[in-house]
Amino acid sequence: MAAGQIDSGDTAWMLAATALVLLMTPALGLFYAGLVRSKNTLNTFMMCIAALAIATVCWAAVGYSLAFNGDAGFVGGLGNAFLHDVTFAPREGTHIPHLLFFAFQATFCIVTTALVSGAVVERMRFGPFLVFAGLWSILVYSVMAHWAFGGGFLQAHGTLDFAGGVPVEMASGFSALAAALVVGARKDWGRQAILPHNAVYVLLGAGLLWFGWFGFNGGSGFSTGDASVLAFVNTLLTPACTLATWFVLDVIRARQVTAIGAATAIVVGCVGITPAAGFVSPGWAMALGVVAALPSYAVIMLRPRSRVDETLDVLAAHGVAGFTGILFIGFFAQQSWNGISNGLVYGNAAQLGHQALAAVVAPAYAFCATFVLLKVMARFTRLRVQEGEEGLGLDIVSHGEEAYATGEGAILIPV
Amino acid sequence: MKLVIGIVRPEKTNDVLEALYRAEVRGLSMTRVEGHGGELDRVETYRGTTVQVGVSDKVRFEIAVSDDFVDATIEALCAGGRTGEVGDGKIFVVPVERVVRIRTGETDAAAVTPVSA
Repeated sequence: MAAGQIDSGDTAWMLAATALVLLMTPALGLFYAGLVRSKNTLNTFMMCIAALAIATVCWAAVGYSLAFNGDAGFVGGLGNAFLHDVTFAPREGTHIPHLLFFAFQATFCIVTTALVSGAVVERMRFGPFLVFAGLWSILVYSVMAHWAFGGGFLQAHGTLDFAGGVPVEMASGFSALAAALVVGARKDWGRQAILPHNAVYVLLGAGLLWFGWFGFNGGSGFSTGDASVLAFVNTLLTPACTLATWFVLDVIRARQVTAIGAATAIVVGCVGITPAAGFVSPGWAMALGVVAALPSYAVIMLRPRSRVDETLDVLAAHGVAGFTGILFIGFFAQQSWNGISNGLVYGNAAQLGHQALAAVVAPAYAFCATFVLLKVMARFTRLRVQEGEEGLGLDIVSHGEEAYATGEGAILIPV
Repeated sequence: MKLVIGIVRPEKTNDVLEALYRAEVRGLSMTRVEGHGGELDRVETYRGTTVQVGVSDKVRFEIAVSDDFVDATIEALCAGGRTGEVGDGKIFVVPVERVVRIRTGETDAAAVTPVSA
């Protein structure tokens, strides 16, 4: 097909893929809500729902343009701000309408913004979180999306990132670490056991995330071509291997396979394959599933023993697994499968260098930018609820609702 | 022997358990209850329905102790349960007529004394 033409097959798939990725945000809300205590269920879920509102609006206003307008090194221009010139004509390099390309990329920005909330649940005030979500989506996500997808310096330099190891996984994971450090630990952290209140939500959330991830990785080829098919199939293979590996690690550690461990493994596997999905063979994708489990499992075991209350382990599941996936490409990318480049194992050591560059600058920028953003916000407003409110639970304090309301003892107030 | 009944905030449960442990009070039961003790009602809204919720979640401790331990138990409940806001709860101390430890048939003071002591 000639450049500048719309392909109906590609467009049909990308419409469906966009909807699949959008589902990942409420799925993440369910996953997160199950991991917190029952008194914070709704607040936790609402932080993800808030991303659907705030990140979408910011993305349409300036975020998309900063990420995808022009090929400057650090950040894009404002030529597409407020969707200027984003029309039915095909997006450069694809055969789908520019407008659809915008919508598909918007769903990435939304879910990534929602991911960061996992670091600050059960204590952050809802209002300041909304402001943070908007600013973060522009200052961190859009900038890093430009680096990896929009013609920024990483992409220009030759770094391969199929579906967002840089702007989605490492950005959210290392930002989560910074957010947890600035906002501080929950008052009960380290003093009492804080347990997930509903493991079924966590499993269902993870399952729906995996389902949505087929659109996330499978859509990142923007076509129905080989790369998309490879990415789609690898999204099945890698998480399955991570899951099986996690079972083994659980058995070695405590002789029992845990449900919340399994849900975590699904996410870790999906994250691991995200950057590599369209670049490695199915066989290496399965190996990646095994490899990606190890560092993330270690961080999940060690982190709760530290003082850092990075509450829902965004760093371990996303930051570390994204890091593993990005580096894995440097070793095992295979030109016979991806048509673009080989990795070290297939004779191209330079690719590992390009990947290592991304694995250094992405965590550094995400951590520093988020740290500074929240420190500046803290000068103008209180980021946390008061201790008494934290005890009562944020569902009642922030939203005036309960997740499991019975109605007993409630008196109807006539309007 | 007395039965000390303490009704506290659920979020202070762990603090109370810790204080009781330090006071060497080992035998207790706890139940989740709902009640009203003069704190402000909360207003909740679900779509168009606005309600005033008059009862709050509480945790009720029941602790049977020998007379020597009554004051220590009360102090522990106060220390662990207090926030200073309305709604911290109440403590009731009631006389107990008879206590039997089911396993051994021991009665009264012997039955409320922890095994290790």
